Amino acid sequence: MKLSTILSIAWEGLKQNKIRSFLTTLGIIIGVAAVIIMLAISAGAEAAIADQINSLGANLLIIGPMRGMPGASKTLVLDDALAINERIINIDGVSAEQAPPSQTIKANNITLEEIQVIGTTSDFPIVRDFPVDLGRYFTSEEDERKARVVVLGTAIAADLFGEQDPIGQTITVGTSKLTVIGVMSPKGVVADIDYDGRIYIPIELAFDKFITASSMSGDRVKTIYVKVSDSENMESIIQQITYLMAERHNVEPYDADFSISTQQDIIATQEATTEAFRSLLGWVAGVSLLVGGIGIMNIMLVSVTERTREIGLRQALGARPEDVLKQFLIEAIILSLAGGLIGVLLGIVGAYLFGQLGGMRTEIVPISIPISFGAAAIIGIFFGFYPAQQAAKLEPIVALRHE
Amino acid sequence: MSIQTENQTITQNTEIVSADNPIIQIRDMTKVYGSDRAETHALRGISIDIYSGEFVAIMGPSGSGKSTFMNILGCLDRPTAGSYILGDEDVSELDLGDLAEVRNEKIGFIFQSFNLLPRLTALENVVLPMLYDARERWSADEKVKRAIAGLKSVGLEDRMDHLPSELSGGQQQRVAIARALVNEPVIIFADEPTGNLDTKSSYEVMVILKSLHEQGRTIVMVTHEPDIATYAQRVICVRDGLIVKNEGETPCR
Repeated sequence: MKLSTILSIAWEGLKQNKIRSFLTTLGIIIGVAAVIIMLAISAGAEAAIADQINSLGANLLIIGPMRGMPGASKTLVLDDALAINERIINIDGVSAEQAPPSQTIKANNITLEEIQVIGTTSDFPIVRDFPVDLGRYFTSEEDERKARVVVLGTAIAADLFGEQDPIGQTITVGTSKLTVIGVMSPKGVVADIDYDGRIYIPIELAFDKFITASSMSGDRVKTIYVKVSDSENMESIIQQITYLMAERHNVEPYDADFSISTQQDIIATQEATTEAFRSLLGWVAGVSLLVGGIGIMNIMLVSVTERTREIGLRQALGARPEDVLKQFLIEAIILSLAGGLIGVLLGIVGAYLFGQLGGMRTEIVPISIPISFGAAAIIGIFFGFYPAQQAAKLEPIVALRHE
Repeated sequence: MSIQTENQTITQNTEIVSADNPIIQIRDMTKVYGSDRAETHALRGISIDIYSGEFVAIMGPSGSGKSTFMNILGCLDRPTAGSYILGDEDVSELDLGDLAEVRNEKIGFIFQSFNLLPRLTALENVVLPMLYDARERWSADEKVKRAIAGLKSVGLEDRMDHLPSELSGGQQQRVAIARALVNEPVIIFADEPTGNLDTKSSYEVMVILKSLHEQGRTIVMVTHEPDIATYAQRVICVRDGLIVKNEGETPCR
């Protein structure tokens, strides 16, 4: 029998019961759409994390003390940053950061307590892709002479000055009076750090005025950020810096008292936390697809019972057992493929709507479309086979007499 | 009374037809249902020849084995033992798939309950046997044309797009007759063709069967109505799994 003939017979069979066919398909539609939407949501969440971390500066190397190594925090100093800046080529800038204890700041009769002060070098806006919105950042010359200047995070500027122009105003930080020379552009909270709720001062000023605890004294820095010009050079520059720093710290490169990481390392760490979430979503979606398949099997079994006389008649008119098998198998496959197709469309639209209306970032994972569609097809064959076999096994005389 | 006259003409025809080889040749056919302890012997050894062009009625009380006999004749079931030659082929040993092919190629069925597919139109119902034609004798267009011609020949050209539920019992049975003929079978099996019909429709259906017979078709019909059996030229009576009477025009009993 020609495939086209069987297809049209199967299609007729499905048309006999349009509502039931649709409801049967619904299980697959929901399953496939769920797979696509769930994966789009988790991919969107991961992309959002990656974007945030990348927004801290592209092609960034992050140098910190080797975690857990005794004394390591004492050896990372500002001169390391200066040396990198002098000796390494193909980099756009180096920024060292140190965080003194938080301070009370006052201006305009407003007092803000426990505000994080960050000492940075002049390259900070370039290195961290964090431009100044109003006014300017301080220069390296100002840094060296410990100029009493401050750049405000946008939230701090709003808290202290509201609609007023903060540039040129004087604020009191701890016991020091500093002149506001700039306001940073908004950045928000990234990886638990509120970039808008901090103030930025020259790192030399920080060493001089705000670092009191002996554990932080000297020109120790917390982190050195290096912005690499071209991402292709990342590996080579990591190596160069490792050797340079090892030499300066008098340690072996393989036993360094510092560590160099990239944003990719941070993104990978963050993604590990969403991994469990994603696999849970995947399982839930997969189970709903399976339930859809069982629904198809269930309805096909009912359909075979209901249409026993039809099967008997077709057999009497010359349908071979394999013709009957194919008819019912193809009905199941049509149901699941139609469900898969509608599910894919619904999944794409749904993922888009979730992104637009749900305030959730979604990114459709291209591979999820063929995978979920293929899974629907396999489910159709798998769950359609048993009912089809039941139909094919019917004996014509018994089937014809069935009431 | 006119029926009686026609029967006589048919009886005369039989002589000519009998000279040919039989279209059905059955020897020592038995059918046993169940196994070991609960055996039911539905057929206990039937031998019969049916010739091309004959119109045969099979009669018998319920439980006589006539349904079993008819099922095996129609290749819907297989005998336990004995041989069954249909045309030039021994069909008693064929598997289910080959039997399906034999039914499609050689046999046209007419059932008591019509057995039209309820969601298909009259035309689509008549096309059905051609869909299962392994020989692919006709194109899709020809199939439709043949079905239309078949419905015309039973006087239903204006009911082609009707569903069975929109047709009277007699009209449904005429659709079934068109369906039985569309694949050019060598023999037509009619199982109580008038069992669900009123007198008028029964008469219409029997007139069609009779004219088919006159065109030279071979028809085997099961019935329990003696006046329907009179349309046939030969009556076979089945009782307790055996043929008790195998000649003559008068009904059994």
